[in-house]
Amino acid sequence: MSGKKGNTSDSRKNRSDEQTMRDVQREDAPVLKIEHMSISFTQYDRGMHQTSLPVIRDLDVEVHGGEMVAVVGSSGSGKSLLAHGVMGVLPYNADMGGRITYCGEELAKERIKKLRGREIVLVPQSIAYLNPLMKIGPQIRRGSKATEARKKLRGIFRRYELDAGVEELYPFELSGGMNRRVLISTALMEEPKLVIADEPTPGLDLAVAKRAMAHFRELADMGAGVLVITHDLELALEVADRIAVFYAGTTVEEASVQDFEHEETLRHPYTKALWRAMPRHGFQYIEGTQPYVKNLPTGCSFAPRCPHCGAECAGEIDYRIVRGGKVRCIRAE
Amino acid sequence: MRKLNRRQRVLLGLGFSAAFLIVVCIWGSLGTEAARATDFSRKNIPPCLQYPFGTDWLGRDMLVRTVKGLSISILIGITAAAVSAVIALLLGIASATMGKAVDSVISFVIDLIMGVPHILLLILISVAMGKGLKGVIVGVAVTHWPSLARLIRAEVLQLKEMPYIKIAGKLGKSRWYIAVKHMLPHLLPQFIVGLVLLFPHAILHESSITFLGFGLSTEQPAIGIVLSEAMKYLVTGKWWLALFPGLFLVVTVVLFYVMGQSLRKLLDPGSVHQ
Amino acid sequence: MKLEIKNVSYRYTSKGRQILKDFSLSMENTERVGLTAPSGYGKTTLCQLLSGYLKPNQGEILLDGRPLDSYQGYCPVQMVWQQPEFAVNPRLPLGEAIKEGDEIEERVIRGLGIEPDWFGRFPTELSGGELQRFSLARALGKRTRFLIADEISTMLDLITQSQIWHFLVEEVEKRQIGLIAVSHNPELIDRVCTRKIDLRLLDEKNR
Repeated sequence: MSGKKGNTSDSRKNRSDEQTMRDVQREDAPVLKIEHMSISFTQYDRGMHQTSLPVIRDLDVEVHGGEMVAVVGSSGSGKSLLAHGVMGVLPYNADMGGRITYCGEELAKERIKKLRGREIVLVPQSIAYLNPLMKIGPQIRRGSKATEARKKLRGIFRRYELDAGVEELYPFELSGGMNRRVLISTALMEEPKLVIADEPTPGLDLAVAKRAMAHFRELADMGAGVLVITHDLELALEVADRIAVFYAGTTVEEASVQDFEHEETLRHPYTKALWRAMPRHGFQYIEGTQPYVKNLPTGCSFAPRCPHCGAECAGEIDYRIVRGGKVRCIRAE
Repeated sequence: MRKLNRRQRVLLGLGFSAAFLIVVCIWGSLGTEAARATDFSRKNIPPCLQYPFGTDWLGRDMLVRTVKGLSISILIGITAAAVSAVIALLLGIASATMGKAVDSVISFVIDLIMGVPHILLLILISVAMGKGLKGVIVGVAVTHWPSLARLIRAEVLQLKEMPYIKIAGKLGKSRWYIAVKHMLPHLLPQFIVGLVLLFPHAILHESSITFLGFGLSTEQPAIGIVLSEAMKYLVTGKWWLALFPGLFLVVTVVLFYVMGQSLRKLLDPGSVHQ
Repeated sequence: MKLEIKNVSYRYTSKGRQILKDFSLSMENTERVGLTAPSGYGKTTLCQLLSGYLKPNQGEILLDGRPLDSYQGYCPVQMVWQQPEFAVNPRLPLGEAIKEGDEIEERVIRGLGIEPDWFGRFPTELSGGELQRFSLARALGKRTRFLIADEISTMLDLITQSQIWHFLVEEVEKRQIGLIAVSHNPELIDRVCTRKIDLRLLDEKNR
């Protein structure tokens, strides 16, 4: 990752005061700050040639403590890689650039290894990520037999209305609704400062999906920073504080949920188009499709579908602050 | 020089293995007489420039004998493995598509054969068939198909449940169309890789039973014979008699294995992008 | 033309949960019926029964008065699945998917926004939204009389969802294809359908 040197000297300076330093930093620094993240894959064409596939080109997002931020993008757009990138679990043919800071400090590879599963937890998409051969209880406790851990798990299960008997089940024995609650329980065993949820509501009906999202909302209300990655904008609007809209490899807008009440308060033409496409806001659509990562236009990736597009949109476009939110569009004001 | 990417490295490995095996086969089949030729004026020579693998107690050139032995083993291995793979393909597909009764019979046979140690079954079949070439090939062919058949059966069962296969059925496509168009592209890579990975197995088993004296007769300088004869002279300090043939048997087996793994990496969509 | 379900009961295994019990429904090919219900009410099961992927334990499914399974070859009731990734063969270029359909018209392909350049691509090179367009096009063959759409836009972004449904409503209206749309989104059903059915209410009536 580039820019690694930036903060390592700081962190080395005051090992003993690290904890207090971090507490101070938490007040003002965001829990997670991602700047100019890019992730590309090395792939083979037919034959021997390798090409680089830029799945994420330029992604920026910030999560503060006690806040729930949703990154919204269509399925198959590669937004799950964001979670894998932060957690340091990208496949080896992936290449990541940009800068990730956690509580004001650079999140380097060695650091994420220490924090992962403790301060930073990833709630995966499905129970397919759990060990199928291990009972739920020991799995969530990570094999710890201490009474303290047992008590804690009992408490968490009570909170999510899960039977104590669930601890003795194997993952395949869980029903659909239990799955989600068990997955969230895994996040609560330690006291996480950052929770990342990757597509937590795939194919769930509205009531269940809302309940799942509400659980994450609770985590945020308890003080953690929560980053939800989802394709469902309507659902995200019900629970999140801020929305980062992801389109064709870039975050095009970061707006508060209130901004989504009216079209005029939104900033990017794509976000506005999304707004108008909601069934309740007219169900209108615009032509075209999200470009495939191999054929991205230079400059603004939305340009081919944008009614206000001009020659200057082909250049570099900054992610700038407009009316309290962020937007990657030169025309927004 | 530019660093090779993974696919190029894999292809290089594949090419090298294939070339080595082909050279051994051709050289071996040309040198049948040379492998038998005895010459007492040059017996028991340790490895030297003229005879890199040395000569044995009858003055036979061990290099020629090793290559000849390997080529026989490779040819037997390929034949037996190919027959075995075809059995696996047919039974695997039959098991998955011809209903419960057929499936349970075939599954039972698979379990039965896999439950008995290969080498034991091989010896029994080989002896029952009257030893010799036929016995060995039939023995190896009959014992090696179950694991591949099981793989193919599982694959077909899984494919049958895939939505796109079901959709093709509802679109009025025939069973034949679905098998050729949809299933074959999935099965073929598995099958080819399975086939290639059967070779080293077959070769090892062929040489094992020959070594134990249940396989080919002593006139044929198969690698198992060469090795078992060498054992008698090993105690007299003639280490080269067993070392080189043994080493090259291992190399051959490893190269087939490399070939199989390389093919898997090239054909499997999950790993091609790495 | 009428599609009817008469007193259908269904459970997956003989001891399994009764998913549908004595269920009846009838629709015309001029209708667009929206189905809503929480998960567990057998929406997907119903879709698969209606399109012939499953056979009812009891009762019958009639198309134009004839049992659905008496139709040989091309099934006039076509279903589009929720997850387009599994509905196309990952080893075949997408052009093959279109060829598999029943003489898919150029108009359908264009109307769904499928670009010619996509035909040579493999499924992993397209997004879910793009794959779903292929799935839909394939199901809209010449002999299709009813189309079952099981949560087809759940995984798609809002704009793609709107695009697809606008096209679909126009197309089925023009060709008099009956449509059954399953969705968890009541607002979407309101926009798309001419009749709404809540499986929960039906279920209560039956008991």
